[in-house]
Amino acid sequence: MKRKKINVAVTGLNAIDSPGPGVPVIRALKESKLFDVRIIGLSYEALEPGIYMHDIVDKTYQIPLPSAGKASLLERLNYIHSIEKIDVIIPNFDAELYNFITLSDKLKKEMGINVFVPTLEQFEDRHKANLSDYGKKHKIKVPHGKVIFSVAEIPKLTKEFSYPLVVKGKFYDASIAYNAEQAYTYFNKISAKWGLPIIIQEFVTGQEVNVTAIGDGKGNTIGAVPMRKQYITDKGKAWSGISIDDENLLTMTRKLIKSTKWRGGMELEIIKTNKGDYYLLEINPRFPAWVYLAVGCGQNHPGALVQLALGKEVKPFKKYDIGKMFVRYSYDMIVSLKEFETISTLGEL
Amino acid sequence: MKIKKNIALSDSGFVFDPATGDSFTTNPIGLEIIKMLKDGKNSQEIKTTILKKYLTDEATFEKDNYDFLNMLAKHRLTEDHEKEKN
Repeated sequence: MKRKKINVAVTGLNAIDSPGPGVPVIRALKESKLFDVRIIGLSYEALEPGIYMHDIVDKTYQIPLPSAGKASLLERLNYIHSIEKIDVIIPNFDAELYNFITLSDKLKKEMGINVFVPTLEQFEDRHKANLSDYGKKHKIKVPHGKVIFSVAEIPKLTKEFSYPLVVKGKFYDASIAYNAEQAYTYFNKISAKWGLPIIIQEFVTGQEVNVTAIGDGKGNTIGAVPMRKQYITDKGKAWSGISIDDENLLTMTRKLIKSTKWRGGMELEIIKTNKGDYYLLEINPRFPAWVYLAVGCGQNHPGALVQLALGKEVKPFKKYDIGKMFVRYSYDMIVSLKEFETISTLGEL
Repeated sequence: MKIKKNIALSDSGFVFDPATGDSFTTNPIGLEIIKMLKDGKNSQEIKTTILKKYLTDEATFEKDNYDFLNMLAKHRLTEDHEKEKN
């Protein structure tokens, strides 16, 4: 079958100890049987490794940081689109999603660019700060949580929580505090990086399991693959993991996607307690960095997302391989100073 | 004691629990015992088979088998609610 040529722009090209999903998403798209994909990388910093991976990224453009706002992003995308004729954009960072969600209609109408992301309501509802209400609304167990804006609220936490408890940033980062002193430290550390509020969450022990999934926006689960982390970095990121057979996790995922009519990629972070209860810890509104495992298991979620973005009907995946593993590794690329200079000064490479 | 039905066993002694992603390795005797448990054999039948096949005494087998079954339970490879009544 002849593959359709399309241009897809992808963010999240970073690969530090908390890697972005961009490169795995690109690898998945490159393996699509339906599309012959030209990849346009969208980067924020000159040292994002994906910029220099010319075998999978055809051209990269720097884009303004999310804090610069929608107008400057739109202006930059306008310029990039005038050269690259982008068909689809896949944003891969939580922090940039607000801008892409609110610009998605404009991008479609004015430039013909398709962005298949959650609705603003879906994005806001699943926010860590709203997780307790979210659990009640969708009848899913979540650890007790509270949003705080000041360290002055820490001493009062003992009325609702017992130590240890989890101190979380609004976008990223989480640390377990075993006493109030540690809670103060983590509050300051995380809020300095990600801003306020800080989320305090009940510490639930058990086995951490994750699901990468994709919803079609009508309540159907197009694909879902559960994974258990096997090797975890000090940032809590999976450095290796294995696909597992857990019908409860799949049922929970389908239920959530049906109830929310989730649109786009997502990652569910769940704790399975020793008693066999499942607690939803977080919903990440985009694919995880380990999404390539789903491809290895027979479900190309990024490929399905592109089809949905282009308005095609996508049949749900019915199965996946159980016991497939991923083992991540780091790789030192040799990069010429000229390339670094080009992306740093001209903003494209 | 019953072993979980979905546990995958390989002849090399690799044991995989697809529900949790946990994997273990066991020696040939351990593998033989797990296979017998999977086939639904009770402890008496397992004991008879092992004592007939290997040069060991009943007391040693009982002690080692007790440890082994506890280890299986500890690693959640057994169906706790279906404890053997024998």
